Amino acid sequence: MSDIAVHIEDIGKEYHIGAMGKAHTTARDALVDTVMAPLRRVRSVLQGRAAVHDEESFWALKSVSFDVSHGEVVGIIGRNGAGKSTLLKILARITEPTRGYATVHGRVGALLEVGTGFHPELSGRENVYLNGAILGMSRQEIARKFDEIVAFANIEKFIDTPVKHYSSGMGLRLGFAVAAHLEPEILIVDEVLAVGDTEFQRKCLGKMQDVSQSGRTVLFVSHNMGSVRALCSRCVVLKSGTVEFDGSTDEGIGYYLAQAQVNIEGEEIPADVRREGSGIVRFEAMRLLNQYDEPISVLTTGEAVTFELDYRHVRLDTSPGNMFFFIHFNTLLGERLFNLSTRYAYSGVFPPPSGTIRCTLPRLPLVPGSYIVEITCKIDKEIYDHISGIKTVQVSEGDYYGTGKVPPASGGSMLIDQDWAIADERVPLLDAR
Amino acid sequence: MSSFPVKAQPSEQITRIEPTHGWVSLKLNEVWNYRELLYFLTWRDIKVRYKQTVIGAAWAIIQPLMTMIVFSLFFGGLAGIPSDGIPYPIFSYAALVPWTFFANGMQLSSQSLVGSSNLIKKVYFPRLTIPIASVVSGVVDFMLAFVILIILMLIYGIVPTINVIFLPFFLLLAFITALGVGLWLSAMNVQFRDVRYTVPFLTQFWLFITPIAYPSSLITNDLLRTLYAINPMAGVVEGFRWALLGTDTAPGPMILVSTLAAVILFVSGLFYFRRMEKSFADVV
Repeated sequence: MSDIAVHIEDIGKEYHIGAMGKAHTTARDALVDTVMAPLRRVRSVLQGRAAVHDEESFWALKSVSFDVSHGEVVGIIGRNGAGKSTLLKILARITEPTRGYATVHGRVGALLEVGTGFHPELSGRENVYLNGAILGMSRQEIARKFDEIVAFANIEKFIDTPVKHYSSGMGLRLGFAVAAHLEPEILIVDEVLAVGDTEFQRKCLGKMQDVSQSGRTVLFVSHNMGSVRALCSRCVVLKSGTVEFDGSTDEGIGYYLAQAQVNIEGEEIPADVRREGSGIVRFEAMRLLNQYDEPISVLTTGEAVTFELDYRHVRLDTSPGNMFFFIHFNTLLGERLFNLSTRYAYSGVFPPPSGTIRCTLPRLPLVPGSYIVEITCKIDKEIYDHISGIKTVQVSEGDYYGTGKVPPASGGSMLIDQDWAIADERVPLLDAR
Repeated sequence: MSSFPVKAQPSEQITRIEPTHGWVSLKLNEVWNYRELLYFLTWRDIKVRYKQTVIGAAWAIIQPLMTMIVFSLFFGGLAGIPSDGIPYPIFSYAALVPWTFFANGMQLSSQSLVGSSNLIKKVYFPRLTIPIASVVSGVVDFMLAFVILIILMLIYGIVPTINVIFLPFFLLLAFITALGVGLWLSAMNVQFRDVRYTVPFLTQFWLFITPIAYPSSLITNDLLRTLYAINPMAGVVEGFRWALLGTDTAPGPMILVSTLAAVILFVSGLFYFRRMEKSFADVV
């Protein structure tokens, strides 16, 4: 048995996007084309070619090469459209690569969706067999594991009820239970943990941890850096269809998050930074100020900090009404800690179409470390401007509680105001205060 | 995982994933390895077919039976179309039973891939199992309609000839024809939804060019009648009548031509399907 479980060599995948037809120069051209198009298409169908010659194409994967050893648990991360799912689909043999090749040593089980092929009219029991067969289990194997599957899904009572009467949570649990009992040598998992409630997600993550510790090879795609870090020993970062980084999980996640950041240098926000939203409102500058309104680059735990944002509405001269601003604080792993928002924490007049907003935190409740700041402007629920990772801010040690002691990061990222009272058993608590 | 698709292979199984070009091998052994999935898909189709209907599986009988009554009244009765000396109702019903199997199989299989798009986009398995399962699931309906045929024969006091042993062959011929058409149409349907509009028309058209309401003995020229059997269903229908009712519309050459046509349709369908298969997940 060789050491390599998966060998990927220069894999590329081209997709055709239906171009919206060629421009017709004259009405006669258009007519002729309408008449001739079916004939051309019929010819290409018979030749076994998809009728795609005159359509635009793009490469979802450009050139991807890497090896995975037996027993490795590899996380594949990247922004939307980086090609993660395409790569998994190729490795799961759902779709063919356009070029390159991969060799897979061992039996592959792919889990791209929970409960694939569930039929609403069939009972839970019947669907377990059907879904198991679809995922590649034999009938005896399913029969052997049946009780275990039902117990894991925790739906013993409803196992003979048609699935259409299930709640969505029950359906997910049953689907995952079947998949969790698949025992391939190489497991390919796509983002399945992103569905369901927290309880379900925790159960899934636990099961995935069992799998990854059982010495099986796992390829795991996720947007949740927390679960990638919990499960994977190695991380491949894809960007626009190529491998950007391949190495340890921590470094990979760091690389991915850094790449997802704008991280402006000064206070000006260049017009061409990567933004999301309609763009009708644009942030133009961000300043961090201390209690004396002097610009600072490093924040201090427990000290005052003020965020100032300049923004401009490109069209309106009057206030657009329900315009709200948000400043989000995330950990380096991308988990949100808290946000500052005019929607909930401010009830003054509507902001003008263009201007400056200021938000002051009297005592910064963050332990020392690095945090990623995102800024968002919404009008009602629609995003008008959003810049993720506008800045990674450093927080240095400070005396939050005024006790002369510096709380360590091991107690959690956030600090919270608190009052303590400690009573002597001989003195009533009220008197002690 | 003691998974069945790989049972036949050694534990160190190496899969090579690469682009395929042009005509690819049929890999029918893979379909065989996935026979349990085929079983489950067929079982699902049968189980689901008459769910939430009032009269359930009786639909399998009503379809050919009602058509037979209409045919008997108008073609047999009013138009006086000959029926090879067999009572017209049983003459047409013996043809309608395999015909209904064929027509339903063709319709279901041509829609099958598009109907299973969620599977195709999420799981790997030989795609051939999908149209095959939808034709196979029609065998149950065929059996039910066939029971009525036996009852009708008892009523009319018709004893089948010894040739009845060839009946499974004619059923297989109908199966291969339905699947052959189904393979072509289902693969085309993935890319061109025109197929959805073609199938009802094709079914009607095919019904008229098949000797169901009339005997093929109306074509008196032997050579022409043999050529007529290029429509494989002509061979199937006349084969059924020959085996069950003892008509003497020379089956030999007709069956041969029909078999040949069905095999060509089926094999070409297999190749076309396999060739288009690689784009299914991207296009469906």
